[in-house]
Amino acid sequence: MAELRQQLLVLHLHTPDLNSHVVAWAMYDGTGQKRYTTGDSETPPYNSVVEAMQDGWRVIQFPQQFPAYPGMEYNTSYLRFEYVLEKLEEI
Amino acid sequence: MVDKQHLLTTEQVANFVADGYLRFDDFIPDELNKAAHEEMASGMSVRGGGGTVLDDVWHDDSAVGKVFRLPKVQGIIESLVGENPLYDHHAVHIVRPQSQHGQIWHADAIIDIRMHFDIQFFYFSHDTPREMGGTMILPGSHFRRVCETDVARYQNFLGQHPIVCNAGTLVVVHHGMWHCAQPNLTEDTRYMFKLRLNPTVRQLKLWNTDDIDTGGIRGILSRNHRWYGNDVRLEIVNRIKLWRFLIGDESYDVGYWLSRLENMPENMPHVA
Repeated sequence: MAELRQQLLVLHLHTPDLNSHVVAWAMYDGTGQKRYTTGDSETPPYNSVVEAMQDGWRVIQFPQQFPAYPGMEYNTSYLRFEYVLEKLEEI
Repeated sequence: MVDKQHLLTTEQVANFVADGYLRFDDFIPDELNKAAHEEMASGMSVRGGGGTVLDDVWHDDSAVGKVFRLPKVQGIIESLVGENPLYDHHAVHIVRPQSQHGQIWHADAIIDIRMHFDIQFFYFSHDTPREMGGTMILPGSHFRRVCETDVARYQNFLGQHPIVCNAGTLVVVHHGMWHCAQPNLTEDTRYMFKLRLNPTVRQLKLWNTDDIDTGGIRGILSRNHRWYGNDVRLEIVNRIKLWRFLIGDESYDVGYWLSRLENMPENMPHVA
């Protein structure tokens, strides 16, 4: 039986809509074939989460949405609309 | 006090508020670049630790010290953190030849909720082509409240800015700027000198304000960065708050952003 390893694709979107465009992205390779790093690409691999799904990526995490804590309505920190996707690859 | 000709303009300071950085290409004379490069390569030291008055930390013959004593560099310093700032720390950042992986994204230090801000200089004493790095920054990330490497999971953003430059380029950033060293695929060691400074005065109109009434400031403070996504309007609010602080005018707005939210008729005395 073939052994499978996970490829992870993290896409950060303009809005929570899975059709909205990608503003940031990262990839992690569980096969050990490639190590992605900061600043290694200037354009995202897909324009949206839906486009990645159409290429076989499975969404495994949706970002939860929380109302702003009182007094922190205008604070910004992390990118809020982060989707994690996976593909399984044989090794 | 440095001559007024060396101070930043209002437009430059507005760009600093919007983007979190200013870049000065080919800014430092070549003889100083060469001497500073040698000093970094051979190991350099300063006098005193964090909290020392900046001018006291440099040895008289220090090439790096001479860089930061140049009137036009003093003008940047005075415009942003005022006269007699404190030395916080410095670091000679070294990326060895054939370093294949970038540093993780991070902001320096910890969550910092002050309206007062520190500045950090990134000084490149030698040519830095893309295959050598240099330092990657994320324009507009300076208001984000994160702790050091909390942002290490990220890799790429729309609008990320690798500092690719000629020798003698100086970049000054807000202390909150996200950044990371980039791979060095060349056979040469890469150096970047970082210096953090703290203000000792109220950061109020420290620059050359002759152009303070120029019409372009509102447009600069409304600038988008593509990686913001839906958060751009929140970032504009953050900029307005800092601009109000810097110009000493709590009624300033770039349109009808904070003014709308500050309209609270329920607090008005009842008028029959």
